[in-house]
Amino acid sequence: MSAIVQEHTEDHAHDHGHHHKETFITKYIFSQDHKMIAKQYLITGLIMGFIGIGMSLLFRMQLAFPGESFLLFEWFLGDWAPDGVMDADIYLALVTIHGTIMVFFVLTAGLSGTFSNLLIPLQIGARDMASGFLNMISYWLFFISSVIMVSSIFIEAGPAAAGWTIYPPLSALPMAQPGSGLGMTLWLVSMAVFIASSLMGSLNYIVTVINLRTKGMSMTRLPLTIWAFFVTAIIGVISFPVLLSAALLLIMDRSFGTSFFLSDIFIQGEVLHYQGGSPVLFEHLFWFLGHPEVYIVLLPALGITSEVMSTNARKPIFGYRAMVASILAIAFLSTIVWGHHMFISGMNPFLGSVFTFTTLLIAIPSAVKAFNYITTLWKGNLQLNPAMLFSIGLVSTFITGGLTGIILGDSTLDINVHDTYFVVAHFHLVMGISALYGLFAGVYHWFPKMFGKMMNKNLGYVHFWVTAVCAYGVFFPMHFVGMAGVPRRYYENTAFPMFDELTDVQVLMTVFALIAGAAQLVFAYNFVHSIFYGRPAEQNPWKSNTLEWTAPVKHFHGNWEGEIPEVHRWAYDYSKTWDNGDYIIPGQDYVPQHIPLQENEEELQH
Amino acid sequence: MTIVLTIAVLVLVAIAIWQMTKIFELSQIKTDNSQIANDKDNKYNGYLLFGFLIFIYGITIFSFAKYSKFLLPEAASEHGGEYDLLMYISFVIIFIVQTITQALLHYFGYKYRGEKGKKALFYADNDKLEFIWTIIPVVVLAGLILWGLYTWTNIMDVNDEDDPLIVELYAQQFNWTARYGGEDNELGMANVRMIDINKANVLGLDESDPYASDDIITKELHLPVGRKVNFRFRSQDVLHSAYMPHFRAQMNCVPGMITEFSFTPTITTEEMRQNPEVIEKVKRTNKIRAERAALGQPNGDPWEFDYVLLCNKICGKSHYNMQMKIIVETEEEYQKWLEEQQTFGQTMASMN
Ligand code: HEM
Ligand SMILES: [Cu+2]
Ligand SMILES: [Cu+2]
Repeated sequence: MSAIVQEHTEDHAHDHGHHHKETFITKYIFSQDHKMIAKQYLITGLIMGFIGIGMSLLFRMQLAFPGESFLLFEWFLGDWAPDGVMDADIYLALVTIHGTIMVFFVLTAGLSGTFSNLLIPLQIGARDMASGFLNMISYWLFFISSVIMVSSIFIEAGPAAAGWTIYPPLSALPMAQPGSGLGMTLWLVSMAVFIASSLMGSLNYIVTVINLRTKGMSMTRLPLTIWAFFVTAIIGVISFPVLLSAALLLIMDRSFGTSFFLSDIFIQGEVLHYQGGSPVLFEHLFWFLGHPEVYIVLLPALGITSEVMSTNARKPIFGYRAMVASILAIAFLSTIVWGHHMFISGMNPFLGSVFTFTTLLIAIPSAVKAFNYITTLWKGNLQLNPAMLFSIGLVSTFITGGLTGIILGDSTLDINVHDTYFVVAHFHLVMGISALYGLFAGVYHWFPKMFGKMMNKNLGYVHFWVTAVCAYGVFFPMHFVGMAGVPRRYYENTAFPMFDELTDVQVLMTVFALIAGAAQLVFAYNFVHSIFYGRPAEQNPWKSNTLEWTAPVKHFHGNWEGEIPEVHRWAYDYSKTWDNGDYIIPGQDYVPQHIPLQENEEELQH
Repeated sequence: MTIVLTIAVLVLVAIAIWQMTKIFELSQIKTDNSQIANDKDNKYNGYLLFGFLIFIYGITIFSFAKYSKFLLPEAASEHGGEYDLLMYISFVIIFIVQTITQALLHYFGYKYRGEKGKKALFYADNDKLEFIWTIIPVVVLAGLILWGLYTWTNIMDVNDEDDPLIVELYAQQFNWTARYGGEDNELGMANVRMIDINKANVLGLDESDPYASDDIITKELHLPVGRKVNFRFRSQDVLHSAYMPHFRAQMNCVPGMITEFSFTPTITTEEMRQNPEVIEKVKRTNKIRAERAALGQPNGDPWEFDYVLLCNKICGKSHYNMQMKIIVETEEEYQKWLEEQQTFGQTMASMN
């Protein structure tokens, strides 16, 4: 018996590049190949993205034209838009599901799932993830949770509608809101499955990065993408279980009469039995995940930006060590700032002080990263491919959105802008739009690696410029709406004459949002069209240094024919020259990681 | 009308996008088809990056010019002045940083756009530079943190000095109720378990508690100017948030818990109505409302400025319309109003 096993493993060790006989099902559906799983994540994520963005367009129309009747509403919302006028409950449901989908399904699974899967093995020089099987399960759990989340939209009482933060008691009591019945149950089940999926994925990423790096790939030679994915996975493993426990306790309160989060409630003419629980406890648990979550969304985008920017600037990323240190600092600090979402929750004000302190601390590594990106551009030879533009766009929105964080993180200033549109503007720029740009940068950059085709660059340019203008067009004026005192999650603002004059701003933002939505169709067309009819890609179209470009265009399980390349240098030897100004490799402004140090070449200390 | 216009704009934009893509595609047939940026792409996109910088500045200036007047008027509470100053300083800092960093980012994007044969500078590290831009945020943020924390501690220190007025704000789906301590300025015991709708004891006051009988329950919040008010918040069903933007005040209302906030109103409603900014705002608003009225649309009646209390934590279907009027008035006016109100004890007696 053991002899057979022995023989088998040995056999496996030698058959690099050997292709298993694959059926359609094992190749495209229940695939264990990380590259296929990455594509599955991407496509699922993009579909969810279109659903989420479509919802935002619907409720943006309601905000600009409150109470107006639209045929569009009648088509999409049916009974929830009697005579084409959106119902107030369904408005909240749309906002809730939009937020949930965008944060978790698009920017956590769609972004991190896609690129961690694609790039970790390829960039560290591994044939696949540590466990292909676990990886496959992880994707399919994600798929199931997506299906549950989307199907919750179609139930009679409507989907969850308590905001993506699902604070109890609103989310716990079906009498408080129709969406808190079956809709919320499905939301919780979907998220529980999602968390399981995310944990399996993250554990896999961590183990793979630690164990499967190719010869010579020390931690300090890892591309920043991998550092970002690696640390993201760690934050995920630390914080997602806390959300799971919050969800489980909420399920108990909802279905089994416990009182973890509920106390002293009188609703619809009767006193409920709950006693002794606290909604504030739920807020702590939720934000213990919730804040790290924004970095789970953002760090992969920043990692992608580092890589794309360096490649296209034909320059090393500036301050590699500082970038790694910032990622680590952000990761650590992100777990101790959650209270800035709760300054006025009734939490002890002294705690508020502590969280203000840690929150403003986290601004420092973020600032360092922004400065380093800018310096990376300085004196570069910028190849302005669509991916590069999205990366520059990311830095722009990251700065604009990040700066207003200084206001929200200051407990004093948060008092009057908390839960207003100022917050909505802030987090869309710093997290939503930035991470979305990171996702797009990644898609444009690694599309040749994923599909063996090139995307059309001109459509990419149209996509970028229209999106970039509209993103500011929607979210910049929104700060003013917030500072005028308009609360978020309001179905309409007509109940307050003091907000009447803001209607013009609302219309402007909605017009920009609709155009932005249309621009995403250009992307969708380009994406699908290029998969089938795109120009075939060469192996290393962007003249990049990282290992994935040493693998052949054609996909097969195992990534490299023959030996896995050995690594001899860091990933950023772009435009490195000898003292006399000649490139290290004559006529080529980059030195891929697998090229040994040349005679007399100095390896820089990183 | 706006809708027709918007749809027209959208259609035009869609056509424009479609045309642009067509042009791009046509122009591409002649040139290389590698789908990798060439010198021409770098040039155009470099220029566009510069243009984008101007766009960012433009939209900033536009928004400030056009929308600044929508912002809240001068703070009507004692701590509000401090709040506004801190906000103002933070904004100045933010705008300086924003202006500089966006300029560098986009200008570099334009200046160093790629050209065939150009050599990038291999520049991987500079400890001094990195130290500088770590230390600058540290110093600036330290200043902001200290100032912010000092103000925060002052604001959140709810104490009994200066004989504060005690007021309870009670939240339920979807309205607010205020309760005053009455003669003794002391709120009686209350709990949702003692709510008796039939007897109109809607806040669940303890009928046997002597402190409760002189409590005054109202649907408008009247506050005497210049006297500190200690608010205590309760909610009977879900989370709500008592948001009083004109006073730079907000606190969540949490079922099962009493939360607190304290401020001193400094400007009466009457005075605020005379504030030039507010006069202008009312004028603009009433113009919009008159237009609505002329078209026979709802919400067309003229508006007079009032402070409001809004709900600012999602609480269900009518979250968007959970409000209460706040009236700040002189001590005499306040006393007069108070005397017209029934005490809880009187209400209970009239029920029996
Ligand atoms: C076309 C693009 C988008 C538009 C026009 C848009 C618009 C909006 C608006 C108006 C709200 C409602 C705010 C409120 O009432 O509280 C909202 C909520 C939200 N959006 Fe977006 N959004 C867009 C894209 C995104 C993206 C990319 C993300 C990814 C993070 C995102 C995440 C969220 C979240 C988390 C919420 C909060 C949901 C809640 O309050 O429960 N959105 N969005
Ligand atoms: Cu946070
Ligand atoms: Cu409310």
